Amino acid sequence: MASAMELTCLPVVVVTRRDVSAAAAPLGAGPRRLAARAAWIAPYGSSVYGRPVIELRQVGFRYGPAAPSVLDGVELVVGGGELVCLVGPNGAGKSTLLRLCGGLIAPTSGSVRVLDCDPARVPRRALARRLSYTPQGYRLAFPYLVSEVVLMGRYAHHRASPFALERDADLAAAAEAMERCDVLQLAGRRFDELSGGEQRRVLLAQAFCQGAELLLLDEPTASLDPAHSLALFAALAAERDRRGATALVVTHDLNLAARTADRLILLGGGRIAADGPPVEVLRSPATAAAFAVAMHVGTLPGSGAPFAVPG
Amino acid sequence: MERASPAALRSGGLPHLRRGRLAASVALFGLAAAVAMALALLLDFDVGRGSRLRLTHLGDLLDPTTTLFQFRLPRVLGGALVGAALAAAGGAFQAALRNPLAEPYALGVSSGASLAAFIAIELGVDQTLLGQSGVGLAALAGAAATVFVVWRLARVGSELPPATLLLAGITIALFCSAASMLVQYMAGFGETQRMMRWLMGGLDGLLFPALGRAAPAVAIGLVVLLGLARDLNALSAGGDAAASVGVAPARATALAFATASLLVGAAIALAGPIGFVGLLVPHATRALVGPDHRVLMPCAMLGGAALLVLCDTVSRVALAPSELPVGVVTALLGGPFFLYLLLREKTRGRLWGG
Repeated sequence: MASAMELTCLPVVVVTRRDVSAAAAPLGAGPRRLAARAAWIAPYGSSVYGRPVIELRQVGFRYGPAAPSVLDGVELVVGGGELVCLVGPNGAGKSTLLRLCGGLIAPTSGSVRVLDCDPARVPRRALARRLSYTPQGYRLAFPYLVSEVVLMGRYAHHRASPFALERDADLAAAAEAMERCDVLQLAGRRFDELSGGEQRRVLLAQAFCQGAELLLLDEPTASLDPAHSLALFAALAAERDRRGATALVVTHDLNLAARTADRLILLGGGRIAADGPPVEVLRSPATAAAFAVAMHVGTLPGSGAPFAVPG
Repeated sequence: MERASPAALRSGGLPHLRRGRLAASVALFGLAAAVAMALALLLDFDVGRGSRLRLTHLGDLLDPTTTLFQFRLPRVLGGALVGAALAAAGGAFQAALRNPLAEPYALGVSSGASLAAFIAIELGVDQTLLGQSGVGLAALAGAAATVFVVWRLARVGSELPPATLLLAGITIALFCSAASMLVQYMAGFGETQRMMRWLMGGLDGLLFPALGRAAPAVAIGLVVLLGLARDLNALSAGGDAAASVGVAPARATALAFATASLLVGAAIALAGPIGFVGLLVPHATRALVGPDHRVLMPCAMLGGAALLVLCDTVSRVALAPSELPVGVVTALLGGPFFLYLLLREKTRGRLWGG
């Protein structure tokens, strides 16, 4: 397992500033449209730390005009290269927040800026090269192989032709990602025949081989065994250290989140109840209040890693 | 599945759709379609001498005055076109609805088309509109209207939830069936007979003018669905997952639906509602070439063409000199074959959509 998760060096993908002024130049219709589309693409290098990657301002969301509000007045800034865990009780709006960041839904009020664009409005194909979102429930209608599922992560990198097939670079990226997630040996198996935990690891490999600088993961550790949960967070930390990738992870595993995350965000009742270094958030009375249960927080004698025991 | 070593997997040995396998699969299915069409053109029976099977004179194919050229050729070409359209539409519906049970008629398209066709037969407009294609035109209009109504019913904002769409489709289908029965009940004996006959579907009476009108639309539809193959792969994991890998789910679903519905409408207008091809062919093809739509869609189109042309030949020669409706043949042949596929997959513990 350790060898599978070790760091391997890949060239850092740096998105440079596009020449936005080209949009104003008297070009043909084709290039001008391309330039207009390129205008939103990152003005920052993808490996730069500390720049805001996610910026939510007074975000409110409800699923229908008559539906109750899920999120209300959420203010959140996540910098580049941060590994952030989103925790909170069931129904707190964690998944909704993640889907807002992924541009899958648009806020009812307020503004969402992700990677310097409005993710609900930009072309998905261009966005997919910079942002990956792994939903909580992932069910395929047909018996795809594991490698086919992982290679779907490369679709946005294919040539624009809809008839394009995988190239060597796609295969190499997929194999490398699968090795890091310990699923390379499952490559020829059917995805729907894997265990829940193995499926989660395959989906992480799909997200990794997408090469995105922002990873949004909805409960990736939900059905993982302890060793693979630990390995998953180690792999996310490795992505952060290696490429400066930012990750926003919804999880219920408070201990693992506290151990690995740079920052913990507690969501309660559609608002951000606490936000900061993991230990502080765990110790804050807001956590016990949000989960409606007492939290015993301590640190491990050896490593000093924080832990929280409810009840 | 043999175990490949990690080193082999790393150096390009990852299971994926290879160009060679894609070409070989498409070529094989193309061969099947070609053989089926050749058989359909060749096989004939001699009415004069006890209806014995005989071979046609192929030279007649090049002579525009022969029966073979005027009637058989458009029938075979039309059969191939309708089969390809139904299979492609079935494949697209199954992926976009993420439901292996979906088929071209799942959204009530055939019921709506039938209702319109029945009304046209009852009103006797069939001979007055553009010659013989009056009923076909009515069916096409009925199919389009049904798709539009189901679409508007199921739409939530810009999204099209599969379950809502299926439910709306089933409801409209039931309503149209009931209305069709009402029309049929009130119709005279001759009209009822013709309605039943229309419902069974058939490629007989398909001539070059009608084929020429439908062919361009069907060809465009087939190409569009081929181009959507990668998007259909992504969509079969759900809208959010598709969006994550760079496919705009609302737009891709809408395009797939609109195109597949157009294909089904054209197929119904040409040959009536022929069952089973749209359900059976995508599944059988998937069992043979795998679920990747980049190979599945072209193979299913060719396989659908082969199957329908073959069934039409059977319908023509099985009870010669009289003819069976081709819809009866597709259902009679398709049903058992589909059951075989289902049972085979079940014993292997692999039901679709598991």
